[in-house]
Amino acid sequence: MNKPVTFSAPDLQFDTPAAARLRRVRRFKDQLTTASVGIGGVSVIIAIMLIFIYLLYEVLPLFESASIEPWQQQSGAVAAYARPGDEADTLYLGVEEQNEVAMRLDTEGQAYFFDVTSGELIEQIEVGLSEAPVGAFALNSDHSQLFALGHADGTLTVAKHHYKVTYPNDVRLITPQLQYPYGETALALSPALSQIDQLAFRDGEERMSAVALDGKALHLTRFSKEENFITEEIEISSEHYALPRLPHPVDKLLISPDQRWLYAVGPQGQLTPVDLRDPQEPLLHATEQATTGRIASVAFLLGGNSLLVGDDQGTVSQWFLVRDDSNEYHLQKIRSFDGTRGQPASLIVPEQRRKGFVVAEGGHSVSFYNATAHNKVLSADLGSATITRMTISPRANGLLLETDDHRMSFWRVNNEHPEVSWSALWEKVWYEGYQEPEFVWQSSASTNDFEPKYSLAPLAFGTLKAAFYAMLLATPLAIAGAIYTAYFMAPGLRRKIKPFIELMEALPTVILGFLAGLWLAPFVEDRLASIFTILLLVPVGILVFAYLWSRAPKALRWLVPDGWDAALLIPVIVLLTLACMPLAEQVEALLFGGDMRTYITNELGISFDQRNALVVGLAMGFAVIPTIFSITEDAIFSVPKHLSNGSLALGATPWQTLSRVVLPTASPGIFSAVMIGMGRAVGETMIVLMATGNTPIMDVNIFEGMRTLAANIAVEMPESEVGSSHFRILFLAALVLFLFTFVVNTLAELIRQRLRRKYGSL
Amino acid sequence: MNTSFNDWFRSGAPWVWLTGGAVAINVIMVAGLLILIAWRGLGHFWPADILQAHYQVPNSEAVRVIGEVADTERVPAEQLRQAGVPVPEGTETMARHLLKVGNRDVTGLDFQWALKDNLEEVQYPERLFAAERREWGNFYGYLRGLKQDGEEVARFDPATDDDADYEQLWNDFLQRVERALSIHEQIKTIEKGDIGAINYELERLRLKERRHELDGDLTPQVQADIQSQRDELNRRYEGLQGELTELYRAFNRDHYLAEVANGREMEIAVSHVVRAYRPNAMGMVDKAGHYLSKLWEFLSDEPREANTEGGVFPAIFGTVMMVLLMSIMVTPFGVIAAVYLREYARQGPLTRLIRIAVNNLAGVPSIVYGVFGLGFFIYFLGGTIDPLFFPEALPSPTFGTPGLMWASLTLALLTVPVVIVATEEGLARIPRAVREGSLALGATKAETLWKVVLPMASPAMMTGVILAVARAAGEVAPLMLVGVVKLAPSLPLDTNYPYIHLDQKFMHLGFHIYDVGFQSPNVEAARPLVYATALLLVVVIALLNLTAVAIRNRLREKYKALEH
Repeated sequence: MNKPVTFSAPDLQFDTPAAARLRRVRRFKDQLTTASVGIGGVSVIIAIMLIFIYLLYEVLPLFESASIEPWQQQSGAVAAYARPGDEADTLYLGVEEQNEVAMRLDTEGQAYFFDVTSGELIEQIEVGLSEAPVGAFALNSDHSQLFALGHADGTLTVAKHHYKVTYPNDVRLITPQLQYPYGETALALSPALSQIDQLAFRDGEERMSAVALDGKALHLTRFSKEENFITEEIEISSEHYALPRLPHPVDKLLISPDQRWLYAVGPQGQLTPVDLRDPQEPLLHATEQATTGRIASVAFLLGGNSLLVGDDQGTVSQWFLVRDDSNEYHLQKIRSFDGTRGQPASLIVPEQRRKGFVVAEGGHSVSFYNATAHNKVLSADLGSATITRMTISPRANGLLLETDDHRMSFWRVNNEHPEVSWSALWEKVWYEGYQEPEFVWQSSASTNDFEPKYSLAPLAFGTLKAAFYAMLLATPLAIAGAIYTAYFMAPGLRRKIKPFIELMEALPTVILGFLAGLWLAPFVEDRLASIFTILLLVPVGILVFAYLWSRAPKALRWLVPDGWDAALLIPVIVLLTLACMPLAEQVEALLFGGDMRTYITNELGISFDQRNALVVGLAMGFAVIPTIFSITEDAIFSVPKHLSNGSLALGATPWQTLSRVVLPTASPGIFSAVMIGMGRAVGETMIVLMATGNTPIMDVNIFEGMRTLAANIAVEMPESEVGSSHFRILFLAALVLFLFTFVVNTLAELIRQRLRRKYGSL
Repeated sequence: MNTSFNDWFRSGAPWVWLTGGAVAINVIMVAGLLILIAWRGLGHFWPADILQAHYQVPNSEAVRVIGEVADTERVPAEQLRQAGVPVPEGTETMARHLLKVGNRDVTGLDFQWALKDNLEEVQYPERLFAAERREWGNFYGYLRGLKQDGEEVARFDPATDDDADYEQLWNDFLQRVERALSIHEQIKTIEKGDIGAINYELERLRLKERRHELDGDLTPQVQADIQSQRDELNRRYEGLQGELTELYRAFNRDHYLAEVANGREMEIAVSHVVRAYRPNAMGMVDKAGHYLSKLWEFLSDEPREANTEGGVFPAIFGTVMMVLLMSIMVTPFGVIAAVYLREYARQGPLTRLIRIAVNNLAGVPSIVYGVFGLGFFIYFLGGTIDPLFFPEALPSPTFGTPGLMWASLTLALLTVPVVIVATEEGLARIPRAVREGSLALGATKAETLWKVVLPMASPAMMTGVILAVARAAGEVAPLMLVGVVKLAPSLPLDTNYPYIHLDQKFMHLGFHIYDVGFQSPNVEAARPLVYATALLLVVVIALLNLTAVAIRNRLREKYKALEH
């Protein structure tokens, strides 16, 4: 036996420190890669969650309920304090913008300005340009800070409480002032007055009106304002008119901001509008019964168009003048807000910048409402003393109360988005100045007392309308095209055609939109008849050509290889289209008097916009075709060949095989293609932005435009104030779009994954 | 084998033909669209002949019109009659030209409709010239004289002088235009370059001072230092200002006298002229030269006259910058996600969830990304960054306002599914054997990934990035919310520190189309330029897509070879 030979491998040392270090480094690198790749993968989910969560985060405050709590300061909650001033009753309370200084006006004409949190008196000013005692008080509006006092001697003091803001040493200092904008002499009311029981006052650009009640007689005084060009002082001249007697006693008088309407409120729920357009001949309108009970309080909503009437059951109803078809106005009850406690709505205070109001109900509880949204945002019990006066701060975030124990308290109100409710977003709303409830989207206007109209319904409708017309064009063209490409077309041709049509998917939609808006829209308007002729005649022409081709001599037919028929059709369709143009002119001359577009407008009475749904349908259909085409083609092409071969072998014609075997198998895929196309059409922005007039109307008319959710976001988002209700509603629109496409895409993807598994097993 | 119609119908052949027709229609639509854009976009730069004619509306005096034929259409005679235009009886439709008559400073309108039948004595005189100007649009007319410093230095009298004299005057005029253009170039260099840099430095000094003030270490030492720098800059500024005054005086030296359509003689500063040419006297070669120079101007110059004239260079530059930044952000993220899905994750519910998420990301409307970008990136992130890092610039926001970085980030999010899908496809095509071979030789998973898988998949990643770039280049809706403007005062990349300005707003080709085509005060005049811009965008995107497709196809071939 030979001596065993042992090999030693001194070079292969695996456990040297260097090798061990290298292994550690390698392992570390490996783990690092695994970790970072894992993070990268999961971050895709995080990204989509982030989009969803962020949109939700911006939208949620819309649906948060409001709250009220005692005003907080660094030193803690602000306690109630004794009201500043004498024992005389309060006529009016007002708070300034910054929630620092408030004013209390009492029946003796003393204005007390005080710190709103502590009640500490800052200044006391006597108001009134007449020595005579104050008989009545009338407010112009909270927002204008202008009010009038009627004195027992038949004179009128117009005064304004004003707050000057200065920043000495970078600290805000608010100095209250009392101004007399129309001079330091009292204005004379009608000499016929013997006393003033009630007063209504309204200031305007050119004139002022005051209506005083003396027993049962109403006296109107119109003051005209004339600016002296040299001294720039305002000179006032006045005229007095006696108004007709009302059929009921009067508890309260109100004048509308345009000074045309006087509203007289009777104790038994009567509400009478008086038309003062011609003060010589005032028109007494029919008295409406605002409530079956007694009227407890009445106030104007912001803007002075709507009257809010609170009754002894706590129900507040909103009324405004509606013009009927014969141009007559009548007072209409728009909506009512039920009280919660069945106790009188003793005070109504409107918000100064929104169409909202606060109601003091049954003594010590307050409720916040929004008129447009028709919702009660908050109802709360504030202590046990009965509320006698209250006012809401200009930003609607502070509420100052005075109770019957002569104490005052200040409350913080969190009520950011009262104008949003389900009914405001999705239901018909009766807006001020409208004849009937409507769906309207109008988010901004030039005036401050504008009623924002946030109905998403016309936008959602516009979105679906645009998508519908686009799908109407795209679905048949794309699916039919995909069927032919996948099933009948010669493979060589297919390899060229498919990428060519798919190239269209990459085409920026801004280009399609621009062509649709600047080229297609005028073209369609010009040749409306041609478009319809083409839509009608081209399919017929194709069939006629196909039949003629089948009767053509074999020698000719065999020139075209199998699966190239579509190429043959290209010149046919081009020629047909060109032939349709002169033909359409004849048709137009024959049927529509030479011009179809004028015919539609004049004879049929259908309004016609140049940028309309037809144009959008054509352009957006064009954009959606490649999406649907590509996915459908894949679905049909991936149907296993042995299925169709089997069918053909059993004697079915190619069309039978396609329609009975291939299409049913591929149908889930086609369905998912249509869904994805639909998702794209719904979210498409640029085409609709450029090819429609962007008017938010609800009309199925194919010749009118629309505004879609996406286009609306693009138009309004840059101008929207961050954090406002408008801003959040736009986020809501984005969230709606996101969720819609999310559902559609997830569904489509699930179907596709199922399909893939099914084919895998075949 | 002639069959009866019924048999033919029952065989299903009509349906097959109809589906074939659908393909044909799709192809015609795509091709027609591309041809339309190409035709309109390329045609714009070709110098059109200038027509001169007597416009004779029946029952009124004839007027001379001069202009280019911009468009011709047929209108129903009825419509004209309703508009009060005298139309001969018995005609159904009439042709009318849209004439670009220019001279907005004379007539107030660039365009005028003219019925073809009413144009008499139509001719194309060689002496007519067109001048593109910096304001008031194009000028059309006859050159009549030249003035230098208010003194007339040359005169052409059509009654006595001949063509040679006109040529001489014309050449003199062209020289003066050339001179004014070169001075304008110098002025621009000083104004935009030097003075722009000084202004930028001054602003930085102000911010520096404010920063020190906020930090509470604004010592007299620092203050004096800043003041001396500021004085230096102001001194340089004054020097340049003097230089500019000189240049402007030279710039405004010359005026030309020209006769316009209504016979009036106008005196117009030569400094306003950007380009002057006589299309009727140009041969094919001249026209081709003119065409190329216009094309070059379009690609390389800045826009003029509220974006309706001139070039689109800032928009090209902005698009490229944005797309580059976006690619830098999207590539690693997309590739890592794809590698995770294909190489690392166990195929199960989580990967299915991620795939659905990817698909959803791809399907979310782009405007939603814009809203998200505006809210989250700009107001939330930007609003947080500003007080932390740029307190000195407050209250004017630095990153809390739409800008280049947020736009790129938003589009990166939007295009990430494209990169993921393309990369995943590439990874899936790499044969298993290759990976297993690498692992069998002792490489770790990371090493296999870095040294074997990723290099092989790099063309696929490339495809993904190219497709993402193509998508981003054409996307407009989200950009409108996150940083695109109609006219950016400066490019986001320049010689001022820190050279690349991520907080700046920028211009973008797609938005340019929207803005010029729909928000411009003079849509009719801007239309050709919009077509040209659209063509440029289509060409860029089509090229990018075709490149991506070509790479993908080559890749498929390559791996097919590997598998055998």
